[in-house]
Amino acid sequence: MHEMAIAEGILDIVLKTAEQHQAKKIVSITLEIGQMTEVEPESLRFCFAALSEETTAAGAVLEINHIPLVGRCRDCEKQFVIEKLRFLCPACGSTGVEILTGRELKVRHLEVE
Amino acid sequence: MEVQVMANILDKNDKLAAEVNALFSVHGIFCLNLLGSPGSGKTSLLEHTIISLKEDIRLAVIEGDLFTDKDAERIARKGAPVIQINTGGGCHLDAAMVKTVISKLDLTALDLVIIENVGNLVCPAEFNIGEDVKVTVLSVTEGEDKPMKYPLVFKEAGAVVINKIDLIPYTSFDMNAVKEDIESLNPQVSLIEVSCRTGDGLEGWYDWLKDQIVRKKARC
Repeated sequence: MHEMAIAEGILDIVLKTAEQHQAKKIVSITLEIGQMTEVEPESLRFCFAALSEETTAAGAVLEINHIPLVGRCRDCEKQFVIEKLRFLCPACGSTGVEILTGRELKVRHLEVE
Repeated sequence: MEVQVMANILDKNDKLAAEVNALFSVHGIFCLNLLGSPGSGKTSLLEHTIISLKEDIRLAVIEGDLFTDKDAERIARKGAPVIQINTGGGCHLDAAMVKTVISKLDLTALDLVIIENVGNLVCPAEFNIGEDVKVTVLSVTEGEDKPMKYPLVFKEAGAVVINKIDLIPYTSFDMNAVKEDIESLNPQVSLIEVSCRTGDGLEGWYDWLKDQIVRKKARC
């Protein structure tokens, strides 16, 4: 249940941001969650709803953008979607593959009133 | 009104983890985050490591556990300084927990700190706690499908220790298939096969560990 710790991180960020913008209410929160993170969306929503009670984020909708797992070959620089978690370049067969996207755990933007 | 944020959710934890790592690095200490399922053999691996290396390497252990100090007692009996962190039901250690207890260690008198995380293949993988390297222990009896079912903890690891190899004849565990899965996830990983019961393969683990300690000292 590390979703609780992630929900705490989100709440911390959104409450600070809302305060900076003197917002009275946070309507929605857009997140970027990478494919190679082990976050369960429904569990995250449940934890966030519980934690955000009686704050300006109470009732805020969590919009989750799932980010695909994309790698780049360090040898031939090909960019490709990593399928079935095989970190192998489809062009040259190199195992030197770095992750470009897919590890995100980010708050992208908020809708506030 | 829309407000752009673009903030990393785990940023606070990552910053604390960097502070913990900096404290270790000032003293040239190599820090290892030991991960794996409950019962995979993390504590057994530590017990062997302490007995075999304590004459040559100054090491301490930080034990993560939900409620008990059972593992810390096992470690203390082998003669290594040990600090207990109880997460009170929390499924993983975080950097703040480690930072709080670091002052209990004499950092001037250590080469190696091993942090045994809470037994869990999911949650601890997301949280850096100040380590140089994560090591994941996988035991034969857990089954060969685990790397692909819990990929992050195997992707993040610098080494994977496959424990309980003495039990292979009694299971359908396919070592080649497991190695293939782990290497396709993490081609740079060191794979070390051991049995903490018979002692087979442990020399390979000690060599890997000693090499990491030497490399860390050279970087500091």
